[in-house]
Amino acid sequence: MNRSADLDNHRMVTRRTLLLGGGQLMLFGALASRLYYLQVIEADKYQLLSEDNQFNLELLPPIRGRILDRHGMPLADNQDNFRVEIVSEQTGNVMTTLNKLQSIIDIPEHEIRRVLRDVKRKRSFVPVTVIENLGREEISRVAANTPYLPGIKIEVGRSRRYSFGTEAVHVTGYVAAVSESELTGDPILELPDFRIGKSGIEKTYDLPMRGNAGQRQVEVNALGRIIRKMPGNQGEPGADITLTIDMRLQKFAHNRLERGEGRWLSRDNRQAQEAVEKASPSIRNQLQNRPKILINQKGQAVAPESGGVVVMDIHTGAVLSLVSAPGFDPNKFSNGLSANDWEGLLSNPRTPLNNKSIAGQYSPGSTFKMIVCLAAMEAGLATANTRISCTGHVDVGDTRFHCWHRIGHGELDMIGAIEQSCDVYLYEIAKKVGIDRINAMAHRFGLGEISGIDLSGERRGLIPSREWKLATLGTRWQVGETMNTGIGQGFVLATPLQLATMTARLANGGLAINPHIIAAHGVINDIPNMGLNAANLAVIRKSMRAVTMGARGTARKAALKIPDWEMAGKTGTVQVRRISLAERKAGITKNADRRWRDRDHALFVAFAPYDAPRYAIAVVVEHGGSGSSVAAPIARDVIAELHRLNPLGNRDQAGRAGLPTGRKG
Amino acid sequence: MARNIWQDNRLNPPELTLAQRILQINWLLLILVSLIALIGLAMLYSAANGSWSPWAVRQAIRFAMALALCIAVAIVDIRFWLRWAYLSYAISMTLLIGVEVMGEIGMGAQRWIDLGLIRLQPSELMKISLVLALARYFHGRTYDEIGQIRFLLMPLLAITAPVILVLRQPDLGTALMLVMGGATIFFLAGVRLWKFGIVGVLSLASVPIAWQFLRDYQKKRVLTFLDPESDPLGAGYHILQSKIALGSGGTWGKGFLQGSQSHLNFLPEKQTDFIFTMLAEELGMIGGLALIGLYMLVIAYGFIITLRCRNRFGRLNACGMTTSLFLYVFINIAMVMGLLPVVGVPLPLISYGGTVMLTVMIGLGFVINAYIHRDLEIPRRTDET
Repeated sequence: MNRSADLDNHRMVTRRTLLLGGGQLMLFGALASRLYYLQVIEADKYQLLSEDNQFNLELLPPIRGRILDRHGMPLADNQDNFRVEIVSEQTGNVMTTLNKLQSIIDIPEHEIRRVLRDVKRKRSFVPVTVIENLGREEISRVAANTPYLPGIKIEVGRSRRYSFGTEAVHVTGYVAAVSESELTGDPILELPDFRIGKSGIEKTYDLPMRGNAGQRQVEVNALGRIIRKMPGNQGEPGADITLTIDMRLQKFAHNRLERGEGRWLSRDNRQAQEAVEKASPSIRNQLQNRPKILINQKGQAVAPESGGVVVMDIHTGAVLSLVSAPGFDPNKFSNGLSANDWEGLLSNPRTPLNNKSIAGQYSPGSTFKMIVCLAAMEAGLATANTRISCTGHVDVGDTRFHCWHRIGHGELDMIGAIEQSCDVYLYEIAKKVGIDRINAMAHRFGLGEISGIDLSGERRGLIPSREWKLATLGTRWQVGETMNTGIGQGFVLATPLQLATMTARLANGGLAINPHIIAAHGVINDIPNMGLNAANLAVIRKSMRAVTMGARGTARKAALKIPDWEMAGKTGTVQVRRISLAERKAGITKNADRRWRDRDHALFVAFAPYDAPRYAIAVVVEHGGSGSSVAAPIARDVIAELHRLNPLGNRDQAGRAGLPTGRKG
Repeated sequence: MARNIWQDNRLNPPELTLAQRILQINWLLLILVSLIALIGLAMLYSAANGSWSPWAVRQAIRFAMALALCIAVAIVDIRFWLRWAYLSYAISMTLLIGVEVMGEIGMGAQRWIDLGLIRLQPSELMKISLVLALARYFHGRTYDEIGQIRFLLMPLLAITAPVILVLRQPDLGTALMLVMGGATIFFLAGVRLWKFGIVGVLSLASVPIAWQFLRDYQKKRVLTFLDPESDPLGAGYHILQSKIALGSGGTWGKGFLQGSQSHLNFLPEKQTDFIFTMLAEELGMIGGLALIGLYMLVIAYGFIITLRCRNRFGRLNACGMTTSLFLYVFINIAMVMGLLPVVGVPLPLISYGGTVMLTVMIGLGFVINAYIHRDLEIPRRTDET
């Protein structure tokens, strides 16, 4: 054995061992410095990241503000919504548990299939909603059986409730799930059961009613399971919105409008059943969801009337009721409307989604005559005593303009002309006044203007002018058109809200009140005076009194039978479609013989009481027939109800102190 | 001292009795190892949210068994191990091929043989056998022989064969450890440095070729290692979450059982590969450094024994086994701290699992064995005795 080689060898091994050990020591040093780097130098960064991991911010949806009527009655509030959830990891067999649950409460088969699908898709600790909106009784049945229903939980949420549903829907509007286009980046909108206002007050006052979301931190694990909930701020509930609406009146007016001239019969009634069998499919459809059947005077089943009723405080413009029929049930939107219901709403010929009081535009017909007469008097072209002879028609060039009264009214003064709604008188007056003055006066009364009421979808109506015609139709204004405008036909369009505003301004002595529906917008002290001659306004009011109280008044049959509480008004019957010569020959001249959509609109505007006016009303019954026989009785009944309810109380009206205001008897 | 008695009487010390060998056991080393194992048990207790089951109890039993095995290995005569080194390699190789063939036929990814409490992984066994076999081979070679390439072909083959099999499993971590463990023995045995240089250059050149043979998930691991933030919820998730947990621990840690990231399951595999992260999250940098310090002491012990040992077989054994332990510790900790790709190497004595515990403790057995027989001179050829 070579001793020196061995020694070299030994030295080499020692050297290499030390080298190896030193190398490993250095690598350990690298580990230690890496540890120092991560845990000391970068500790703050990772501390933040770890909290990011660990804590999620949970939003607590605020309680939505209520919508109240003027007396504090809730039109929209929130109710507890009990739902049953299943947590699949806590239940042995989901199907078995669901079957047991089905034997306790009624769950549709397709819901069961959806639950099974959701259970598969979601993590096992995530609750899946089985059924919502359970009644107290069903909930207590489930609660009593929970020992036998592993993994079944009862949770309570909130859902929007509209106690008056259909009757107030065009005021309240409705809420529904947030749609894609409504997302603003506000995380609260992304909560699964958050609802947003889609129409009416719910839409206009969505933000104040929404309130502020509370938030709290929840500790979650890597799978998103909530381990712990931290206390957080509870947020602020949304503000309540108080309306000027009197819900009792609203309800009455709505039902009165729908009833029209008919009466409701129970579905058990034999006459009603026979009538339904004879009715057309469209009418049967419209009566489908009604508890009773509407029968007209001939014993036929008819669809409830459609149209609008607006009641207003003439001194403030506070809207006491704003009815649009037919309505629809806003409660159904809250939990997601079925495709079937939605189709039904869209296909209904009476357009329940349209708010006819603010967006329904109708020719005002004879209700426009006051504006024309006032324009004439203000221009000094006529007085109450201006007399014109009506022979039943006027000829202008080749065209003959008829009065509704074919044989003519004879000689009339202004009050008589309005009392009997003479068309010829108005043709002559309109010709004298000219379209420009009529247009100006109409605008002063709010016609053709947006009122700015706090509801979305308001329409402007239309008051024609020379410029308007040239711009839209490209032709020059004709005298005949002025005459047509004089009786509120032709191009003129107005909404029921505008007609009520017009009437209120006539009745309050020419104060330019504006309609409002929010109580907080309350008494406005400086309501601008329109600067009209009080005597002229008195003539108009007097003529309107003659309509209901006069011996020949067109609405004398609808006179209000309350002592010292007279209703003054004006009828309007608006031809929707010309009666053709062929029809005239066939004898189809009567309204009732025509198809619904060809019949005349029935209008009536009124104020009451005559001596000390407080309320103005406008009624439009779509294709209702005649203003005097259909619309006027509705207005009369609503005013009688106003007298009974006395929604404004007995407080003295501004500038009306000393005059009789309260109820009598 | 017992050593003096031998030196006074003969050139070669007398045969040691069993009692003498037991007396010679390096108890301090065993105490250090037990300390690490105790920390491991505490961590497993924490990983189970403060419960002895399911991990800590089983791990304690395993450690007791492994400790017994370690002592048994240590007190057996070193020449016995020398004699059986090749056979042990042959057995390991057979098992490795067996698992490979079974894998082909059977379920696919099974890399182990079930022995009840412990699942025996032939690839782990191979880590020991390879060191033993190489130690014996180089024990029998002179310094001059080692300088000749033809004498290096056999040991190279001895390394390459199991590495290829392990790579096919595929187990990149074990393959790397086999290569590096083998290289350590080569280095210590006196293989000339320029040869390492050549092999190093060749390996670098072959990286693009080797890349082709990597499985997709292995490629992904390497790529996400290079840029973990590129895919924070996918493949980079483990590294990122590990760094978050570790970094958020700070200097002093969040406290025992208080590691929020680990306990909320953001940290994957917290009881096995990522247990160091949990320790560092709960006990902070201080805890992490203490553990690394303990490992350093054990490894330093291994190197001291290597230097003290006078026979080559024992020296190569001690150093090979120590390096093997070092590789486990280094790769694991570097991996969870984002210094190395996630290759699936557990932290010895701490991570839950029997196989690695067994491998490391048997390896330590050989280190102590080398210490016990440190003054024994063993002839180059067994037949010369």
